[in-house]
Amino acid sequence: MRHIISVLMENEPGALSRVVGLFSQRNFNIESLTVAPTEDATLSRLTVTTIGDDRVIEQITKQLNKLIDVVKVVDLTEGEHIERELMMIKLKASGQMRAEIKRTADIFRGQIIDVTPTTYTVQMIGSSEKLDAFITSLGAASIMEVVRSGVSGIARGEKVLSL
Amino acid sequence: MVVRALRDEGVKYIYGYPGGALLHVYDALFQQEDVQHVLVRHEQAATHMADAYARATGKAGVALVTSGPGATNAITGIATAYMDSIPMVVITGQVMSYLIGEDAFQETDMLGISRPIVKHNFSVTRAEDIPEIIKKAFHIAESGRPGPVVVDIPKDMTAPTERFPYEYPKSVKLRSYSPVTKGHSGQIKKAVDMLLGAKRPIIYSGGGIIMGDASAELIELAQLLNFPVTNTLMGLGGYPGTDRQFVGMLGMHGSYEANMTMHHSDLVLAIGARFDDRVTNATDKFCPTARIVHVDIDPASISKTIQADVPIVGPAKVVLEEMIQLVKASKKQPDAEAIASWWKQIDEWRSRHGGHYRTDDSELMKPQQVIEMLSKVTNGDAYVCSDVGQHQMFAAQYYKFNKPNRWINSGGLGTMGFGFPAAMGVKMNFPNEEVVCVTGEGSIQMNIQELSTCSQYNIPVKIICLNNQSLGMVRQWQDMNYEARHSHSYMDSLPDFKKLVEAYGHVGMKVEKYSDLENAMREAFAMKDRLVFMDIMVDPFEHVYPMQVPRGAMRDMWLSKTERT
Repeated sequence: MRHIISVLMENEPGALSRVVGLFSQRNFNIESLTVAPTEDATLSRLTVTTIGDDRVIEQITKQLNKLIDVVKVVDLTEGEHIERELMMIKLKASGQMRAEIKRTADIFRGQIIDVTPTTYTVQMIGSSEKLDAFITSLGAASIMEVVRSGVSGIARGEKVLSL
Repeated sequence: MVVRALRDEGVKYIYGYPGGALLHVYDALFQQEDVQHVLVRHEQAATHMADAYARATGKAGVALVTSGPGATNAITGIATAYMDSIPMVVITGQVMSYLIGEDAFQETDMLGISRPIVKHNFSVTRAEDIPEIIKKAFHIAESGRPGPVVVDIPKDMTAPTERFPYEYPKSVKLRSYSPVTKGHSGQIKKAVDMLLGAKRPIIYSGGGIIMGDASAELIELAQLLNFPVTNTLMGLGGYPGTDRQFVGMLGMHGSYEANMTMHHSDLVLAIGARFDDRVTNATDKFCPTARIVHVDIDPASISKTIQADVPIVGPAKVVLEEMIQLVKASKKQPDAEAIASWWKQIDEWRSRHGGHYRTDDSELMKPQQVIEMLSKVTNGDAYVCSDVGQHQMFAAQYYKFNKPNRWINSGGLGTMGFGFPAAMGVKMNFPNEEVVCVTGEGSIQMNIQELSTCSQYNIPVKIICLNNQSLGMVRQWQDMNYEARHSHSYMDSLPDFKKLVEAYGHVGMKVEKYSDLENAMREAFAMKDRLVFMDIMVDPFEHVYPMQVPRGAMRDMWLSKTERT
């Protein structure tokens, strides 16, 4: 099963490499990874999506917790949560396709953020599933480049991940 | 500042090797007398010496190595300590901070290289942080589940021209690191209830008892309950080897009775052990009728390979104390009748194999005989530091350890070359104790250069070399699984060890007949202030038994070359 694991860690050089190294060292899988500082400059928030059975996920959270730089770990998929990913996708857009792409982007509530006579760059925000669906729905349109931010997640309601 | 911090931490010995990046530190060492430095001949030996000190005392050992090759030579020793959860602080020199990343002379990314094999590592970026970082390094290394910590210090951070206010912190707090100090009381209650209801119980304890200083508590609980006890390779000495309730080591080369008892048990109380693959054999066939109570300081060790029915995260000593209190206070008593018939069964298993080996089919000495003699001559009281291979398993099986911290070996990583420097590290710190290195002609040659260090510092360890002229364990596997094709497991150009050690100024002995063994050994141990190397010729065809059948259950074992369970 796919899990979204959020990690609060010391914003220090080397901290990220410990997390990433742990995944490769212990043969855990990384689907996506994002990391950036939080409102507290001494802390970074890292979100990793991974796939594994309960035993593997339990090991991942336990092993992450063991890292000295890691302050807190939560598996967001255990509770109600929101996930978002940002995608920028550059498409060949000429002739009929220009209108077609625009229509599809509108349906998915994407925005065209860069335009040239032959290309569109579409920005889209949503769950990874939605971004996947958009790519599939483009059908005949030819994709030049896809950039995805990786998943960020946050728990619904009052629950927070903080010190 | 580095040396001052080590002094204030109470460090007596450090083991190391100088180099360009450490010249300032070595100059500071020269100008003081509190911290004594021991110059090894290879950095790997420095780490093993520090590691063995930690294994014998429970306190972190310290190694000091220079950048580049000094640091990479230390890697095997760091990994050895990591796999066995041994507290150690390794200080590595680094090139000038402004040269980092430029492929400078003797530069390696020590933080990157050591990352997967340390509990934590630090890089010094401001000289004034050195005292605090060193304090943190010791705190992290020694607390919780112990482990090695690397502190990488660029040369310019130790420049004597720069002066900073120095204060060594009494304690440090890390917001992201707070190891548990106590087990969950509810879980402990539940576990004790299960213990008291068990009909076929066994206590399976490991290195956590040794490093967690919980041997006395383990003995008290086991004797209170009259339960059988088995120890892992790392846990030997945690329970007295000569006690009736001790059923021997378990696992791949565990005793017949230990493995049978495990397999047929209805309750396994695991303490400070991690269900390693060399213990469990095939996990899907592991102890099919047992419920598992697992006590460990590291939550990640619990349910990693074997699902625990009652997980308890906490230090072995504290959890055991609480269990003892509860057992004593409980109205419920262990089921004496069931336990008695369980013991009857165990004693039957014991009499079936009981560690027997054949001595009648050849003139050659059996390695088991040598270890039994060693146990006799040293009254089971020596610090036994082992290398890796058949001799290690024979020592584990036939030396009867009655005290904790006296069996010192590389269990997890299986590092050949560990035993000799380990013995040196122990001997320096316990000069009045008998310290033995049990080794083979293969392992000893991996760090034999340290004979020179022993001459320099007069470290009179006793080296018992079980010389079978082959890499015995490799050869055993080749005999059993590769139709005796002995690919590169021969040692056909061995040195004359007697002459070799004499060249370093030590005493060498060669023993070829069993009838000479006892006298020779007593003679060797009578030379209190000399290093004695006993080159003992043993049967090259001997195998270690029992040996679990690969991918089988605990009970599936070879008992000799021809007998199987």
